[in-house]
Amino acid sequence: MKLVAVSSCPTGIAHTYMAAEALEQAGKAVGIEVHVETQGAAGSTPLDPQIIADADGVIYAADLEVKDKDRFAGKPFVDVGVKKAVHDAPGVIAAAVAAVEAGVPAPVAGAPVAAPATKVDRNAGVGTRIRQWLMTGVSYMIPFVAAGGILIALGFMVAQFAGGSDGVVEVTAIPVSHLLNDFNVLSGMDWAALLFQTGAVAFGFLVPVLSGFIAYGIADRPGLVPGFVGGAVSVAVGAGFLGGLVTGFLAGFLALWISRWKVPKGVRGVMPVVVIPLLSSFVVGIVMFVVIGQPIASLMNGLSDWLNSLSGSNLVLLGALLGAMMGFDLGGPINKVAYTFAVTGLATEGLAADAVQYRIMATVMAAGMVAPLAMALASSARKRLFTHAEQENGKAAWLLGLSFISEGAIPFAAADPWRVIVSSLVGSSVTGGIVMAVGSAQRAPHGGVWVLPLISNPFGFLMAVAVGMVITAALVIVLKSAKPNPIVQAEQAVDEQQAQLVPQAV
Amino acid sequence: MSTPLITPDLVAVDVVAADRDAATRQLIDLLAAAGRVTDAEGFHADVRAREAQMATGMPGGIGLPHARSAHVTAPSLAVGKVPGGVDFGAPDGPATLVFLIAAPDSGDAAHLQILAALARRLVHESFRQSLKDATDAATVAEIITREVVPS
Repeated sequence: MKLVAVSSCPTGIAHTYMAAEALEQAGKAVGIEVHVETQGAAGSTPLDPQIIADADGVIYAADLEVKDKDRFAGKPFVDVGVKKAVHDAPGVIAAAVAAVEAGVPAPVAGAPVAAPATKVDRNAGVGTRIRQWLMTGVSYMIPFVAAGGILIALGFMVAQFAGGSDGVVEVTAIPVSHLLNDFNVLSGMDWAALLFQTGAVAFGFLVPVLSGFIAYGIADRPGLVPGFVGGAVSVAVGAGFLGGLVTGFLAGFLALWISRWKVPKGVRGVMPVVVIPLLSSFVVGIVMFVVIGQPIASLMNGLSDWLNSLSGSNLVLLGALLGAMMGFDLGGPINKVAYTFAVTGLATEGLAADAVQYRIMATVMAAGMVAPLAMALASSARKRLFTHAEQENGKAAWLLGLSFISEGAIPFAAADPWRVIVSSLVGSSVTGGIVMAVGSAQRAPHGGVWVLPLISNPFGFLMAVAVGMVITAALVIVLKSAKPNPIVQAEQAVDEQQAQLVPQAV
Repeated sequence: MSTPLITPDLVAVDVVAADRDAATRQLIDLLAAAGRVTDAEGFHADVRAREAQMATGMPGGIGLPHARSAHVTAPSLAVGKVPGGVDFGAPDGPATLVFLIAAPDSGDAAHLQILAALARRLVHESFRQSLKDATDAATVAEIITREVVPS
């Protein structure tokens, strides 16, 4: 590991140089190359740009404004003040190493670097890098989940007040053309539809953004186009967020590979603008439409047929199965099969109030609420097991879960797929079984707690959701405790160090 | 470098002082007597101002008052050994070795290199220990002159 540092002090004759020497010596003692730029009274020789480029992290041991700080933009850093570096240089080196390992990117003051910071440490092990690529995608996706999900939930809330108990069903049926041509500012239902449609559009970006920024983490800017395109294709062929994970990695490595081709000078100029996006998008398109798309479509058809053949048998078992499908990929193809199965059942005419079709709808809705609610519960009950981004996302997941927006759990599942999916599978499955057992029936296709007035035996319905939520949250806590996430640990190490360092920095 | 950083008459081996201000003043008087500081009171005020910004005590019993001042004629170091100790605000207790660094305000960069080299040496435990072990002014001045070489 290599570090660069800047030291300075008010007088510029003593501490500046003591800090520099102390950091260099402390680095040498643990085998870390530290280059220090002394911005003191005896003039300062700027660090060689190559040394800065090679450095993994930056130490600011400066009591004065760091000159030309934008040279270090985007690198992990610690800011400790000069005195700390003189008194405890080994501690400062350790904090810098922790920051590098955590990959805390420097906030870019004045934004001289336009690119968003990636959090990927190129020297880390394969497992860590895969996780960091995933986290890059997830962290850019989270605001879309929050904005889109909350808009949709608000749409349902407004619809319930404006349109009564059937409003939540009707709001999803209002076409976009109505908003364009006949929007009535005094109509609550129009406002509800506006919120719902805007949220739905924001939601449409979810998988493309995930895929695009995973590719960005891998290949930098050249990865963006194939990543976004791949994510959008994944949505188009119904491969959902699991498909988006695949396209993110596929696009990233494709773009990285193409960008390393040795090409004639004349072509080099158009590589990033034309050649890389063109070729990589086309290849991603072929793979998704021709290679992966068909198997996913057959999978969906097969599952649908299978479900239809099952519906006559034990209903509790069917509930558990549908619940597991809802919890498996959170808005992806398998989830969609279960949901479509339920919604198409609603269209059957002349059903009794407690027909199996309505009970299936209630089952699917309850199970779809479990995962986001469980993630919200787990991330607030055991903060130490979740990254800062996940804790923030957990707060939004409460509302998303209550509104039957399973996608609220995707940021958690994308960051740590198997632990979250296994937990969600079990909890949602239990919920599905319970709903069938208590006999709740539901004729609204969406809405979560906002359509509670339409659900028969609402108490049983809520109880089923709560049980599944607690089971999933408990499982995810147990699984995450068994093998702590290194990113979370590094974040906490840095938090603790900064808590110690900051008050002492003068 | 026309004027050496330190000479034996800038070393006091047995300083007794009630506080850091008094200890600093004794060293300033040495610099003034050697003609390196033109206005002892004025320079003391500059050192106090620096000390007020941030205590200069370092772990290992070191006090490091210093200032750039218009009253200084050449980069200079005065050293005081304080057997009884005097507090310089270090986290681990009073200082037994006090370095007073005087830098001219108008000194150009090359001129100040010697002080940068001194500061870098001060970080090394072996350097500090050899000064603590030295018993007389001539030895202290000789060690510093030998060890502190501008890079």
